[in-house]
Amino acid sequence: MGEQVQDRQSFVPGDQAFQDDLRRRHRRAKRWQVFFFASLVVGLLALLALFANVADEAFGTIAIASKYSEAEVLAALSEARGVTVEGPLEALENDDLAQVLALYIPRRVPVIVRDELSRVKPEDFTRVPLREALAGATLPPDIADLTISQLSLEQQTAILSANLTHDVLYARVLNDVIGLDILKSWTLSRTLFDYAGIEAEFQALVAAQDPPNPQLKPHSWLNSTFVTGTQSSYPELAGIRTAILGTLWIMALTMLIAFPLGVGAAIYLEEYAHSGNWLERLIETNIRNLAGVPSIIYGLLGLAIFVRALAPISSGALFGFNEANGRTIFSAAMTMALLILPVIIIAAQEAIRAVPQSIRDASYGLGATQWQTIWYQVLPAALPGILTGTILSMSRAIGETAPLIVIGASAVIFVDPSGPFSKFTALPIQIWQWTARPQEEFRNLAAAAIIVLLALLLVLNSAAIILRQRVSNRLRG
Amino acid sequence: MMSSNGDGRYAVQIRHLNVFYGPRLAVREITMPIARNKITAFIGPSGCGKSTVLRAINRMNDLIPEARVEGEVIYRGENIYRPEIDPVEIRRRIGMVFQKPNPFPKSIYDNVAYGPRVLGIKDRRTLDQIVEQSLRQAALWDEVKDDLKKSGLALSGGQQQRLCIARALAVEPDVILMDEPCSALDPIATERIEDLMKELVVDYSIVIVTHNMQQARRVSEYTAFFTTDESRTGELVEFDRTDKVFSMPSDPRTADYIAGRFG
Repeated sequence: MGEQVQDRQSFVPGDQAFQDDLRRRHRRAKRWQVFFFASLVVGLLALLALFANVADEAFGTIAIASKYSEAEVLAALSEARGVTVEGPLEALENDDLAQVLALYIPRRVPVIVRDELSRVKPEDFTRVPLREALAGATLPPDIADLTISQLSLEQQTAILSANLTHDVLYARVLNDVIGLDILKSWTLSRTLFDYAGIEAEFQALVAAQDPPNPQLKPHSWLNSTFVTGTQSSYPELAGIRTAILGTLWIMALTMLIAFPLGVGAAIYLEEYAHSGNWLERLIETNIRNLAGVPSIIYGLLGLAIFVRALAPISSGALFGFNEANGRTIFSAAMTMALLILPVIIIAAQEAIRAVPQSIRDASYGLGATQWQTIWYQVLPAALPGILTGTILSMSRAIGETAPLIVIGASAVIFVDPSGPFSKFTALPIQIWQWTARPQEEFRNLAAAAIIVLLALLLVLNSAAIILRQRVSNRLRG
Repeated sequence: MMSSNGDGRYAVQIRHLNVFYGPRLAVREITMPIARNKITAFIGPSGCGKSTVLRAINRMNDLIPEARVEGEVIYRGENIYRPEIDPVEIRRRIGMVFQKPNPFPKSIYDNVAYGPRVLGIKDRRTLDQIVEQSLRQAALWDEVKDDLKKSGLALSGGQQQRLCIARALAVEPDVILMDEPCSALDPIATERIEDLMKELVVDYSIVIVTHNMQQARRVSEYTAFFTTDESRTGELVEFDRTDKVFSMPSDPRTADYIAGRFG
């Protein structure tokens, strides 16, 4: 750090004024250095606080109650099967899980078949033959012409076992049989530092409410069910798969639109338009200003143009898709593309400007045309810089919430997006929507979703950075 | 080479050339020939417009938006500034080597093959031949033949400049313009480039801009001395055989410059 300035003798004795001034200058330098270091520390602390806060919410302890305990269910299943079935429940095969449903909630089995597999209207379900009602499902041929009501419980159970995934069956068992209910959740910090307090609260809770099968257990809100599951109004079952897919779809389309447009505009501005007239200056100034326009305004623009005015296109109706309105991934991606276009243009312009004129001269000097010079020399040399700007803009777009809210992202949606004309939700929307709910548990879910969003951001950025590194290494040879 | 075409002894003739940068007249009324298969040196103090004249010979000034050229540069009997002439073709016939070695950030092979490729040559074997021949001509082949895939930027400064010369040769020009090609090089690398120029002049006409009077004296057959007038406009003071310019200059300004009294 600083030099020792206190007791230094002057080379020229008697020049006290200079000595005093020098000491003052050193002191001032020192003060600034301390300030710079403090800024860094504050920044790091803020980051640390962010991570700590998110982790605090996303992990912790929960108190759960259930109508039946796992052990009870396993015992019942063992009795029905005539052999001892080993737990845990989550490890059971499909037919065991379906059997559990049949044992505990026999009258709901056909309802589950209808909810999960029906291809016809609810009121027709019991009337039409299964061949039609469950079109596409795996059915034994001898029952295909019967209706659901004509089947035995065993046959209905077999349909569930054969056609539902393990995760869905397990979720059904948890939800409909065990009836898992989260009584209360505690944060990670309390779990770590005040577990006795949590236990006391838990005892008080049990004494007050007398819930069946109360249990206190550590819980990570970020788990595989959460990442791969669909939305649910039960926090213990809610997942963010649709949101992750929505975000990935939007980002992919956004890049597909914004990258070529942005780089193209930058090339034109830098390589072709250099007469410096008022029109060019006006355009450049505008692009720079657009980069600073609040994102919600882009959302309003997207709502007016893509969702409303271009509804036939953005809903996909023009291409034979049957979405009712333009609140689709297409609209979201177009809006996001508009939002980050100025950023990409500016970054690409700077990258192109940084390519040394000597490279262009060399190319022209060999008889290359302007297009050849741009395509073979300028663009490859500018690509690392362009990619850096694109990565930054992508990081911005992935977390944008306001424009998506304005153009009408679905808050609750159970269907995965399947293309540009699907309705969608996205991670930031999901996080926003969960934090707005009154139940404590959804805030935990929001924290877990934030971790997923940050991880996704990290993965995408790393991929882009590796790509950029490879490009610039290739250029350096 | 196509040395039988054109008008006799001259590769290029510059006639009444004025170059403007914006409103400013950079060089005034330059008229001089560039002799075929000879080395012509442009000397003069900084800012005298010698590089500007050089760049006017293959229309590189077109790339500077505010530059404007008046007068004629006759090449193969045509004024290259006629509107019908495509500057791209001129630059392929009249090649250029720049002050600072400027290899592309690509492999040695790709550097040399770039010119032929933009001209539409795709055949790998033809390209291999051109690359080898150009690198041999530029006296670089023996040093790099084993790692043609290495980046051109990984070479030493002198090697880079010879790579740039090889690159210029690969499109088979008639004339090679060299803008202070040795100013960024050490004396040994400079000597190699000078030797190379003396070999190349058998097949090509060479124009070299140099700050180094000794270099002009060593390599060139003709020397043009430029200087600036009081309005900082460059002009051609003297053009003659090199030995004559250096031993019996006809203009006192040339004598002063050669004697080191200014510049």
